[in-house]
Amino acid sequence: MAKITYIAADGSARTLVVPDGESLMEAAVANGVPGIDGDCGGNCACATCHVHVDAAWTVAAGTKSDMEAAMLDFADGVTANSRLACQITASPALDGMIVRTPLSQH
Amino acid sequence: MATRAIDFDELHAGEPPHLAAARARAQAMNLDDLDLLESDLWTDDTHWPYFERLRDESPIHYHANGKFGPYWSITRYADIMAVDTDHVRFSSDAHLGGITAKDMDQDFILPMFIAMDPPKHDVQRKAVSSIVSPGNLAQLEVLIRERAQKIFDELPTGTTFDWVDRVSMELTTQMLATLFDFPWEDRRLLTYWSDKATTDETVPGNPTKSEREAIMLECLMYFTRLWNERVNAPPTGDLVSMLAHNPATRDMVPMEYLGNLLLLIVGGNDTTRNSITGGLTFMAANPNEWAKLRANPALIESAVSEIIRYQTPLAHMRRTALVDVEMGGKTIRKGDRVVMWYVSGNRDERAIAEPNRFKIDRARPRQHLSFGFGIHRCVGNRLAEMQLKIVWQEILKRYPVLPEVMAAPGRVPSAFVKGYTDLPVRIPA
Repeated sequence: MAKITYIAADGSARTLVVPDGESLMEAAVANGVPGIDGDCGGNCACATCHVHVDAAWTVAAGTKSDMEAAMLDFADGVTANSRLACQITASPALDGMIVRTPLSQH
Repeated sequence: MATRAIDFDELHAGEPPHLAAARARAQAMNLDDLDLLESDLWTDDTHWPYFERLRDESPIHYHANGKFGPYWSITRYADIMAVDTDHVRFSSDAHLGGITAKDMDQDFILPMFIAMDPPKHDVQRKAVSSIVSPGNLAQLEVLIRERAQKIFDELPTGTTFDWVDRVSMELTTQMLATLFDFPWEDRRLLTYWSDKATTDETVPGNPTKSEREAIMLECLMYFTRLWNERVNAPPTGDLVSMLAHNPATRDMVPMEYLGNLLLLIVGGNDTTRNSITGGLTFMAANPNEWAKLRANPALIESAVSEIIRYQTPLAHMRRTALVDVEMGGKTIRKGDRVVMWYVSGNRDERAIAEPNRFKIDRARPRQHLSFGFGIHRCVGNRLAEMQLKIVWQEILKRYPVLPEVMAAPGRVPSAFVKGYTDLPVRIPA
C-alpha cells in the first residue's frame, strides 16, 4: 500500500491510498483524478497516463522499459522525470510519492 | 455447428435482413474459403458475422487464398493489442509490404513514417507531431469552428442533399487545407488525391495502377511548387513549411515527400470524414442516444469516442512478421502478412460490453482500437476528436430535431478505408 499524491496542472492535489500491485494509472482512473486517461487500459501503448515524478521519487519509481521510453518519445512536454503511470506499481517503497499530471492527455 | 463460447442471440434480435442472411452464410461456410478482403463484404456492410465467427472459432486465422496473397487475420481485441504493441517482431516497413493487406507496390514505394520502423519512424513522426500538439490545437480550434459554422449556415433546409459532400468532406478538406496552408480554391484536390491514394485497382471502376500513380505524381508536382515557395521563406508553421525546414525532413527525396504528404492527407481526411458521416447515421438509428445527448451535452466527448469506436474508419492495419511468432496455438512464420482487424476488435464481446450497441455514455469510451496502439498510434487523434466535437456541438446548437437520414449510405469498396460515398439527408424546414 502506498499513499500517492497527484498534483493537477492547476495545482490542486489529490492523495489516494493505492493497494500494492495496482498501477498509479489504474488508481487515478478509478478515482477520477484529472489529467490521466489510460486509453489502452495499462498496456503501455497510448501514452495518455504521462506523469512527471517528483524529483525525490524518481529512483524509487524504477526504470523505464524500452517500450515505455518509445511511447514517452511521442508524448508532449516530456522531461527527464516523465513516466507512464501505468508502468509504476504501488508498493510500500512508494509511500508518500508525488506525481504531477498534465492539463489534458487527449 | 461448432460450440459457441458466447451466446449472441440477444444481440442479434432485430438485426436487418441483409445481416441475417450474411450470418447464415457465415455460419455455414468453410472458413478456408473466407477472404475478408473481398470488397462486396464492405460495400454491403455484411462483414460483421464473419468476424464474429472468427473471433469465436479461429481468432488467429490463416487465409491461404487471400485476394492479395496469404494473410493472417487477428480479430480479438487483446490479440490485436499484443501485435500492435510489438513493433520489434511485427514490422510496418513499406519494403516488406507496409501497413495495408495489399502490399505497397514495390516499384512505387512511397516511404512514409507510418510504414517505417524505428529509428527512422521516430524521427520523422516527431517532425510533424508538433502541429497536432495540444497547444497548437487550441489555436486551430477557433478557426476550425468558424469554418464549420459557415458550412452549417449554408446547408439547405427542406430539401435533400448529400451530407458526405456538403458536410463531412467539406469540413475535413477545409481543415486539411488549413493545416497545409493549401490554396483555398484548389482544396478539393486534397479530397481527390486522398480518395485515389487508397483505391484498389482490382475493383471495377477504380483507376488502374498506372493511372493511380500518375495522379499521385500530379499531387507531388503540386506540392513541390508549395515546397519551393516555402523552403526559402521564413518558417510559417504550416505542414509544408515544417517539412521543408525541419532537419529531420528537409532532405527527403521526392517520393518520401509524397509518401508523407499522402499519409497526412489520407490520415487527416478519409478517417474523420467517415466518422462525421457515420456519427449521423448512428444517432439517426438510435434516437434514445440522440435524446441523451440533447438532454446532457456534457456527454459530447464520450459520444465522440463512441462514434469513433463504432465507425472504426480504418478497418485494419497490417504488419509483417520479422521472426516466427507463436500466438494462440498457431505459428505465424517470419515474412507472413498479419492483418489486425480493428473493426473486429472494436466489437469483441470479450473486451467491450454490448459491443454492437451504439451507446454514448459508456464507462470507458476511450478504450477502443480505432487509433491503433503502440508507436504507430494515430498522431492526429486529438485533432480528429476536436473536429467531431465541434460538429456535434454545432448540430446540438442548431437542430432540435436531428437532420433526417433519407436513405442508407453508399459504402466505399475497400477493406481498408471503411467509409461512405454518399448519405442523403434533409434538415426539416
